[in-house]
Amino acid sequence: MKVRIDVDACVGAGQCVLAAPDVFDQRDDDGMVVLLVEDPPAHLEAATEHAALLCPAMAIVVDR
Amino acid sequence: MSETKVGTRSELGSFPTERDPRCPFDPPTEYVELRAQEGTASLACPVGVDARVVSRYDDVRAMLTNPHLSSHAAPSTHVVAGGVLDRPVAPGSLLNMDGPGHARLRRLLTPEFTVKRIQAMRPYIRGLVDDHLDALLARTGPVDLVADFALPIPSLVICELLGVDYADRDRFQEQTAVLVGTNSDPAALEQANLEVVGFMTQLVLTKLETPTDDLLGRLIVRARETGQELSVEELVTLGITLLIAGHETTANMIGLSTLALLRQPDQLAALRADPELAGTAVDEMLRYLSIVHFGVLRQATGDLTIGDEEIKAGEWLVAVLSAGNRDESVFPDADRIDLKREATAHLAFGYGIHQCLGQQLARVELQEVFARLHQRIPTLRLAVPFEDIEFKDNALVYGVRALPVTWDGEDA
Ligand code: HEM
Ligand code: SF4
Repeated sequence: MKVRIDVDACVGAGQCVLAAPDVFDQRDDDGMVVLLVEDPPAHLEAATEHAALLCPAMAIVVDR
Repeated sequence: MSETKVGTRSELGSFPTERDPRCPFDPPTEYVELRAQEGTASLACPVGVDARVVSRYDDVRAMLTNPHLSSHAAPSTHVVAGGVLDRPVAPGSLLNMDGPGHARLRRLLTPEFTVKRIQAMRPYIRGLVDDHLDALLARTGPVDLVADFALPIPSLVICELLGVDYADRDRFQEQTAVLVGTNSDPAALEQANLEVVGFMTQLVLTKLETPTDDLLGRLIVRARETGQELSVEELVTLGITLLIAGHETTANMIGLSTLALLRQPDQLAALRADPELAGTAVDEMLRYLSIVHFGVLRQATGDLTIGDEEIKAGEWLVAVLSAGNRDESVFPDADRIDLKREATAHLAFGYGIHQCLGQQLARVELQEVFARLHQRIPTLRLAVPFEDIEFKDNALVYGVRALPVTWDGEDA
């Protein structure tokens, strides 16, 4: 699985951090998304996909 | 490609605003019909225009992420009789701004609301909840859970966060009730607005002089340091938005969800037995109750399609969050409360670029309340017949006006 984020689209709602804290974080200075791992291991795939589904700004793209 | 359908006229002539009094937790029954029919119905709204009513979950998400819709009359002016739809957007009015102006302002605020920042407030919030429960238990019931618990907790939290003196609460709490009414008297509205603006202007002027270590103070500094200095007017509008959105919504959620759970003893027993359930329970109750109950209003700035329906520039659209949250195709058995349901994809905080900025704060406040209230007061029950509870049918945010409750002496 490959994950891409679009920081320009992000609105800092933090849904991704709640859903997959091992994959996403938020920058301290502006609250925008940070990708911690580009290719999450198998056990984080479901959470990562859920994060992409929750993101209100469609700022997370998951390629399988 | 499927054929494009143009505006289905519904049997329903006007936007449904009334609930079945027998089920005050359910949205108006007409929403079931709206979800079932093809396309979107064009319905007459109390404000005096027709709007496309978007009620299915997928359509609501599609609508709220469409860049050709403006929020200038958001959140719910469509249900305000005598409401003004073409008022110029006040500088600093995050809810009503579009495009880059909105993004710029939102980014200045977002660091205050990250998951990390809000989690750091959890011990403080837990302490507040416990202090209020101690105070309740030191008394004998009945008490009004709204006045003595649901309203003070989120008010204290937002005051602490913003840097507002809680002792000044009489300068904004009552005014808020007027400002969120859908049929408030225009003179009273004007007066309430003037009072809140006066109060916030004073506060902003003090903080501009000496920025304090609170949200407003830090915002002033952050804006200056990044060369995006905010005007007094912008700061006042933002401050008022946060103050109102920060206490009124969460307070109503606490009151209404407590009542709904008292009516579902099996679910309540599960929560009492396992306070960890508060995590999923909060999102499920947000979904089930959808307190921004009239949905959110947008206007098309260009031609677009929602689902397979054409919308013309200038048309009004309402995303009915409460209808989408009861969409069976996404939430099976949607009319039932299931505190174990994974409901985080609900629409109660909206969707798209305006999705609630304060949602992580609201979640933590509600989680602490859900986990502590029923643990500490296991015999909590209504002190009046259910039929006597008054619901806020005429407010932009749904809830109960008062919630008289009592408990057994041994809980203390
Ligand atoms: C249960 C609690 C809450 C609910 C149900 C709720 C609901 C909502 C909804 C539906 C919107 C979107 C409006 C639209 O799309 O037009 C919104 C936006 C907003 N909320 Fe909340 N809210 C809650 C708590 C809070 C809290 C605690 C705060 C602040 C501390 C807050 C601050 C805001 C702000 C600033 C916006 C505007 C965001 C923007 O336009 O970018 N809310 N809220
Ligand atoms: S969920 Fe989307 S909008 Fe929210 S912080 Fe993550 S990437 Fe940004």
